[in-house]
Formats: sequence, structure tokens, C-alpha cells
Amino acid sequence: MPATETTVPQPSRTEPALIRNFCIIAHIDHGKSTLADRMLQITGVVEQRQMREQYLDRMDIERERGITIKSQAVRMPWSPPEDAGGGDGGRGTAHILNMIDTPGHVDFTYEVSRSLAACEGCILLVDAAQGIEAQTLANLYLAMENDLTIIPVLNKIDLPAAQPEKFAAELAGLIGCDPADVLRVSAKTGQGVEELLDEVVRQVPAPVGVADAPARAMIFDSVYDSYRGVVTYVKVVDGMLGRRERIKMMSTGAQHELLEIGTNSPEMTPADGLSVGEVGYLITGVKDVRQSKVGDTVTRLSKGATEPLGGYKDPKPMVFSGLYPVDGSDYPELRDALDKLQLNDAALVYEPETSAALGFGFRVGFLGLLHLEVIRERLEREFGLDLIATAPNVIYRVVLEDRTEHVVTNPSEFPVGKIEEVFEPVVRATILTPSEYIGSVMELCQNRRGTLLGMDYLSEERVEIRYTLPLAEVVFDFFDQLKSKTRGYASLDYEPTGEQSSQLVKVDILLHGDKVDAFSAITHKDKAYAYGVRLVARLKELIPRQAFEVPVQAAIGSRVIARETIRAIRKDVLAKCYGGDISRKRKLLERQKEGKKRMKMVGSVEVPQEAFIAVLSSDEGDGKGKK
Amino acid sequence: MPSVLPDGEPVPAAGTLPPEALAGAADRPLGFYAHVPYCATRCGYCDFNTYTAAELRGTSRDDYAATFAEEVRLARKVLGDDPREVETVFFGGGTPTLLPAADLGRMLAAIRSEFGLAADAEVTTEANPESVGPAYLAELREAGFNRISFGMQSARDHVLRVLDRAHTPGRPEACVAEARAAGFAHVNLDLIYGTPGETDDDWRASLAAALGAGPDHVSAYALIVEEGTRLARRIRRGEVPPTDDDVHADRYLMAEEALSAAGLEWYEVSNWAATDGGTAGGGAGAGGAGAARCRHNELYWTGADWWGAGPGAHSHVGGVRWWNVKHPAPYAEALAAGRSPAAGREVLTAEDRRVERILLELRLSAGVPLSLLRPAGAEAADRAVRDGLLERGPHAAGRGVLTLRGRLLADAVVRDLVD
Repeated sequence: MPATETTVPQPSRTEPALIRNFCIIAHIDHGKSTLADRMLQITGVVEQRQMREQYLDRMDIERERGITIKSQAVRMPWSPPEDAGGGDGGRGTAHILNMIDTPGHVDFTYEVSRSLAACEGCILLVDAAQGIEAQTLANLYLAMENDLTIIPVLNKIDLPAAQPEKFAAELAGLIGCDPADVLRVSAKTGQGVEELLDEVVRQVPAPVGVADAPARAMIFDSVYDSYRGVVTYVKVVDGMLGRRERIKMMSTGAQHELLEIGTNSPEMTPADGLSVGEVGYLITGVKDVRQSKVGDTVTRLSKGATEPLGGYKDPKPMVFSGLYPVDGSDYPELRDALDKLQLNDAALVYEPETSAALGFGFRVGFLGLLHLEVIRERLEREFGLDLIATAPNVIYRVVLEDRTEHVVTNPSEFPVGKIEEVFEPVVRATILTPSEYIGSVMELCQNRRGTLLGMDYLSEERVEIRYTLPLAEVVFDFFDQLKSKTRGYASLDYEPTGEQSSQLVKVDILLHGDKVDAFSAITHKDKAYAYGVRLVARLKELIPRQAFEVPVQAAIGSRVIARETIRAIRKDVLAKCYGGDISRKRKLLERQKEGKKRMKMVGSVEVPQEAFIAVLSSDEGDGKGKK
Repeated sequence: MPSVLPDGEPVPAAGTLPPEALAGAADRPLGFYAHVPYCATRCGYCDFNTYTAAELRGTSRDDYAATFAEEVRLARKVLGDDPREVETVFFGGGTPTLLPAADLGRMLAAIRSEFGLAADAEVTTEANPESVGPAYLAELREAGFNRISFGMQSARDHVLRVLDRAHTPGRPEACVAEARAAGFAHVNLDLIYGTPGETDDDWRASLAAALGAGPDHVSAYALIVEEGTRLARRIRRGEVPPTDDDVHADRYLMAEEALSAAGLEWYEVSNWAATDGGTAGGGAGAGGAGAARCRHNELYWTGADWWGAGPGAHSHVGGVRWWNVKHPAPYAEALAAGRSPAAGREVLTAEDRRVERILLELRLSAGVPLSLLRPAGAEAADRAVRDGLLERGPHAAGRGVLTLRGRLLADAVVRDLVD
């Protein structure tokens, strides 16, 4: 039950024994945000009238697509009944529940792992009508690796389609508990949520740290706010941080003054400090999240810790794409927009790039496909830019015969000539599918050069299949194929596991003998022919006939592997042009001139912008719906 | 004319023109276009401004000549003391010959009484082969018409059916003979190629049939499938096949070959005329060199002035283009109330006029003066000569004249030349 104000422990003066740090692991649509909202309401942190659906998801795109990208932490007081603590049913001691919101997508595994590292327990929330999904399973495994206490919960038990018995058994099998221990709630109606809060207090261990050690706080999130600068979310593992202190980031040694320290409930509320086990935010006035990196350790400047907490990694882009403004004069706007987005996204990297076909743009690195999709959408929506994105590609490491090594992030820069060996990144993919689709899923993975790692039945009808797959195959249309082969039922998760040596070649596309850099692709040699034939056929369809015959070729080095010919146009004249046609004809000419301006010249061939967009978007492994 | 009106600015109720439009008018020829917005049935490919009886909403064809005369009187007022006589008159539609010949005569008389006709004025009417006979033709001659244009389209029955034309093969050729007998000096046949289902042989047969009838002028048009027509819907539904552009190109070359062999020479992309005052096949005719050309259409292509009267008709006077409301009912209402029936107009800028001259004059065998081109356009013209799209000789003499291949790519050449 809600704690009364006078009894609630205040930040910097909260006994670790009264703190419960937890997160909610759930698949998209399984009701995480609704449950979080309900908790905010039931604990009295948010007044009924202020309640806005899905309070915690702030960005519009997240809200629309139902995904959470940036996590936050909310401090909620909660007093379990006495008997939960062994008493007679009266109101018990006020505890502090810190709910840490985790990003819910495949691209953000590292951020998820840091959020989990800030917790001692987690709620495994599963839709009682659908069962667990691959994404959830992957995060569950992460939670288990972090030794979190797991509270299994079935949500949406009010739905007619709910099958709580069946899925309770599935969850019990996964985490090794009794099906009777699986809680059943309806986040929508609030049914079972108070009991769940009580269970969090009862089951989740209190944080354990050394109160009088030098301060060490782990950054689990870092968000840019245009008014406050970077807001850094931390969990204090040891010692204490007080306001107005000088602090140091241990990975870089950068020093800052704490302008503000506090907790969220759910708005930012300044406090005197954060003590051992507590979760809250820091503001130092820095403007760039790169100065406050997720996973880094914050300590005091004087008498600070010498050993950072473990687990810090630099975010590493895995997927690259060239982003070009459709209108070349928008290039400065694109640069400014990327600069702004980078303030809030430590994983976003980019550098200027010039394409003969597309003009000036940027080669941008992303954590994965959804990351790419979200950034591109924000650039278009928030900054009003029209963009062409080249097909996403991965990083290749190319070793030449002279043993020199080249890292290739843009296929058109793939070295030609004496190549000894090429390495490509691989991922461990986990696919959950109804068992009837095992055959189709395995066929897809084999076609994508996968190696089967193992397969486990979660229940009679559901199977977990694990594969090693080249990341390049995953970014290329894999998820859409998986969905279509399983009628939408399969779910996918993957994590990078290293690299492998592969027989890779670069396929170039030539228009009238001129290479179109934007269409160069690196493919497995067995797939080069199919890629070449497909692209050449598509271009023949999309490029209008010109005044001369235009050969369209696909080539590996100087060897042409596919060819089509765009015949020369023979007729381009309006038959009738009389008195009433003249105004119309002049206006048509003006429109055609405008259209001509939007053409990109590849050598002497006019290629409509639309052709680039059509070819590149049809090749793009679509991140939409990969949640 | 196509039925979609352009966007433009409003026209004063009295139809008054800006004074600069009338400046120097005396040096330009003046023509009259008379639109007759009626058809017995609407053809499946037609998007012109025409109405069947069922579509007329209370206006009557019987009153049309009188209403038309109102607009001629309005034209007189608007043009004020402009001293010019009318050099050419063209009755188009619709189907002008759906009206009694006497009505067409009254309409022409209105023009004659308000403006006067030049002694050698060319007076043309379009006619559907099924809607005229010797008596009708004689009446037209009597009223002052001296040129007639028959919508033959094809000599093949199956092609005529796809086009929804009501006449039977053979009838247009008979019309030519009847027109000659009635005393028409100039006779044109309109042909359409590239109709879905038409073969190369069908087209050759149509050309041969047309030439056999001995017109002194042939217009040959690639069928344009306009959005919103029944034919467009039939093609979209897959009932009839669309025609490939390359087929149009082949048919055009066949037309050029057959027509020039018969003594008709191209003088505009889609128009061929007897060169020596003769007829196709060499018969003797009236007039001197170039006399078989349609002088009225030449007014359109050379920036001359013409007044287009009738619903949806377009006019041009001294750089001002305007167009009337489309439907006969509001057209008649405006005139009855003493208002201009114009729906909108545009006053051309100097650049508009330059562009128009290039796009219109390039379509002519006389070509366009290269002095109209800016440096980028002049470079494009050099390239077009190298690419075989413009004739080398005329280019050297300062004119851009399309080659045969260039005629088929005229729009592409224009896009480059206007740069």
C-alpha cells in the first residue's frame, strides 16, 4: 500500500536494506508500460489526474512504435503489509522501490545489460495470451547472467484469450520455479499489481555495497535534455555522492562539478545526495552524452576510487549506411541534425562521405537496424529532411596478400586485387517459433549461411532455435523473411559474437560503363550472381529510356556477371499541339524541367532520384516491426 | 481541345485585355476559332470539351449559333478599333457538322459582319464522315467555307470500333470526292495510328486508302490515351492492350514514308500538305506553293492572334492567353448577362513567350531561329546536331530544324534547347 509521506525514507538517508532496485523485462505489447503506469499510480507517485498513458515513454517515435529506447529510473515508496515482513497485516515499513526502465530492443543489448546491472531483481512480464518471445528470452538470459532474482508474471489475465495455465508452465520451465509461483496480473485493470509490489519487496534482495568506501556509481543511462544538458542516471554501488561535489568519470578521467543530484518520482527532484544502493540522476552541465558514457563509473575527484566497476564497453556500431539528402543543398542541415542527435546518442557515429551518384552525405554507423530506422525517421520527421539511405552493410576486415589490413565500412571502398582473406561479423541468433515452422526457419537460416547451434522445446508447441549467422545476412531482409515464413509468429534476437572468414566478393553495378558507387555491395561469392541479376533487372525497370542505348551491368572486378540493356527511347513527342494545348504544354515542360533537376547524372545517364530510393529501399533489411 | 483547363488568373467581367496585348496588333494576323461543343455520342478515346444531348442540362443546340454570335460581338468590343480583317476561321469540336449547315453559316456570318473576312481567308470546318452529304457540303460552300477536314482515323473496321467511330470504312474517301465536287479547294483527312489492336498492315492500309482519296492535306496523330477516358479504363482493365511507344515510332516512320512518296510534305510534326498546289497522288489543285497547309493552325504555331469562341475555347492575343468556361450552360448564361464567358487567363512573361516560341516553332519544318537560345540551349543544339536530332545545314544557317529521328524526340530536344 502507498507509504505516507512522513514515513518515506529520503534520498541520501535511505537504508540499503529498504531499497529494492528492479526492472521489468517484457516483449513489446506485453504491457510493460501499462504495468509501469499502474505502479506509479498505485504507489501514489503520479496523481490520477496527471496520469497519461505510458508515462515513461517520452519520445513520440517510441510512443508511436511502442518501443522504449531511453530508460529512466523512478523512485516509488511502498509499504508492504506487516505480514509480508512477518507481522499481523498492518502497515509495514516504507520501502523504496526503484523501477529501472530497460530499452527493449535487439540493438541495445549493451544498454540493457547495464540497466540490469543496476538491479537486484526483475519482473519477467509475459502476455498470458502469447507466451514468451525471443527478445524477452534473450533479456531473461542476461538477467540470469547478472544473478538477478526473477519474479515471473503473466499479464493480461483479463483477456478472453489468456491461457495462464499453459504459459505459467512455460515460464516455470524456463526459470525453474513452480507454476504456482507465477503471479497473474492485469496491468490494465490493476488486478494483482499491489500483490506484485509486495512480492518485489519480499523477493528482490536489497543492494549490497560498502557504505564507507570511496564512492563508485555506475552509469546505466545518459540522456540529453535541451534545458538541463546531459542527465546521467546512476546507481551508487559503494559510498555516497553529495551535491556540489567534484566528480570524475573513470574511463576518461574527465572531471565535472555536480550541479544537481536527485531522484525521479517521476519528475526530477533534487536531493542532498545519493547513498549506497540508491538510484538517481546527476547533472553536470555537459552537453554531450559521450562525456557521460553508459557503463562508466563515477567517483569523487578527491579520495576517489581507484578501481572502476566492471562491465564497461564502448558502444560499437555494427551496421553502416550512407545517408544523403535528396536535395543536395540540405547537406549542412543534415550535418547539424546529426550533430544534435549525437548529443543524445553515444552509439551514433558518422563521417562525411561523397558518392559520385548521390553527392555529399555521411556514412553513419548504428548499433543495428532499428537504431538505423529510428535515427533516419527522426532526421526526416524532427528535422524535416528528405533522405536517401544506401542499403545497410556491416564492417569487413580485409587482409591483402601483402598482409596489410583494411577495415571497410562502405562497400565501394572494398579493396580490389590481391585479397588474402575477408572477415565478416557474425551473431548468435535466437529464434522462437511455433514448432510447425521449424523446417521453414531452418531453411531460411541455412540459406543465409547459418550454422545451427542448438534447439530446445520451450513447450510442445514452441521451440527455441539458435544459429550463428553472418550479421550481413541478418541486416539483409532477414526479419521480414522470418516473419513471412512463420506467418508473423517467430521472434528474433541476436548478439554479436565475433567474426568469421568468408568467401566474399564485391559486386559493382555499371550504367553505360560507369560504376554506380551507391549500388556496390559485398556478398558471398555464391550469391553474387543472384544479386547482380536482380539489381540489373530492377534498374532496367526503374531507369527511363534515354536518347541512347544504356547497358546495365553487374560485375565482379572486370568480370561482368549480369547484363541488361535499356533500349534507346525512340518517341518523345506529343502528337497534338493546337491552340488549346499550348498553355498546358508549356506547363508540362516546366514540370519536366523540374523533374530533370531531380535527376542524378551517372556519367551521361540521367537516373531519377526515385530509382535510387526504390532500389535501395527494396534491398534494405527492414527494421520495422523488429522489436 | 483537351477538356482540362489550365490554372490562371481571373478575367475582368467585360473581358477587357491589358492594353499591351493590343500593341502592334496590326502587324499580326488575326484568326477565329469556333468551337461547337456537340457530339452524337462520345468516342472512347476523346477527352475534348464536347457534350452529347443527354449531357446538356437545359441548353439547346438550336440556340447555339445565336449565343455564339454574342461572343463574336463581345470580341468586337474587346478588340475595340482593331482594324484587322480575319485571315482564317476554323470550326472545330465536338462535331460542327452536327449543327445544320445554316447554323454554321450564321456563325460565320457573325464573324464576317463584325470583323470582315480577308479576300483570301481560309475557312475550315471539321466534319464527321457520317454526318455530311452532298447537299450539306454545298450549303457550307455557299456559306463561305472553302476547306474541310474529315475525321477518317482509320480504314479498318475493327480499329474504328475500338475508337467508337460511327462511320464505316470507305465513307471518308467518298466524302473527299463529294467535297471536291461541292467545290472545296482544300480537303484534309485526319488519321490516328497506334490504336490498340491496330497492326502495321492496318496502318499501311489506312494510309493507302487516305492517299487514294486524294486529299491535299493529311494529319496523322499517335493515339493519346488520356486519363479519364473510357479507353483508358478499358486498357487499365486489360480489355484492350496498350500501345508501345516503339510501335508509335514505327508507324510514324511508315506515315512519313507513304505520305512523302505521295507528294505530301511534313510541315509540322503531325501534319503533311501537298507542296505544289497539287493533291496527294499528283492531281492539280488550287493555290501556290504551301497553299495546302492549314494556315489557321500555322497561326497557333507562330504566335499570331486568334479569338476562340465557344465553351472551353482558348484564345491568344498579344501574349495573353485565356479560356472560356467549359460547359455550354454557364457559357450561355454569361453571354446572356453581358459578361465575358472567360474562366481564366494568363499573361505571358517574356521568358514564357521565348519558351513557347521554341516549343512551337521547333515542331515546324521551318524550324526555330537559334537566336532565341541562351548559351546552354545553343550548346544543346550543337549536341543535338551531333546526335542526329537537328539538321546540320539549317543549323549552320541559324535555324534549328528537326531531322526525321528528331521529330520523334521533339519534346526531349525542346527540354534541352530551352535551357
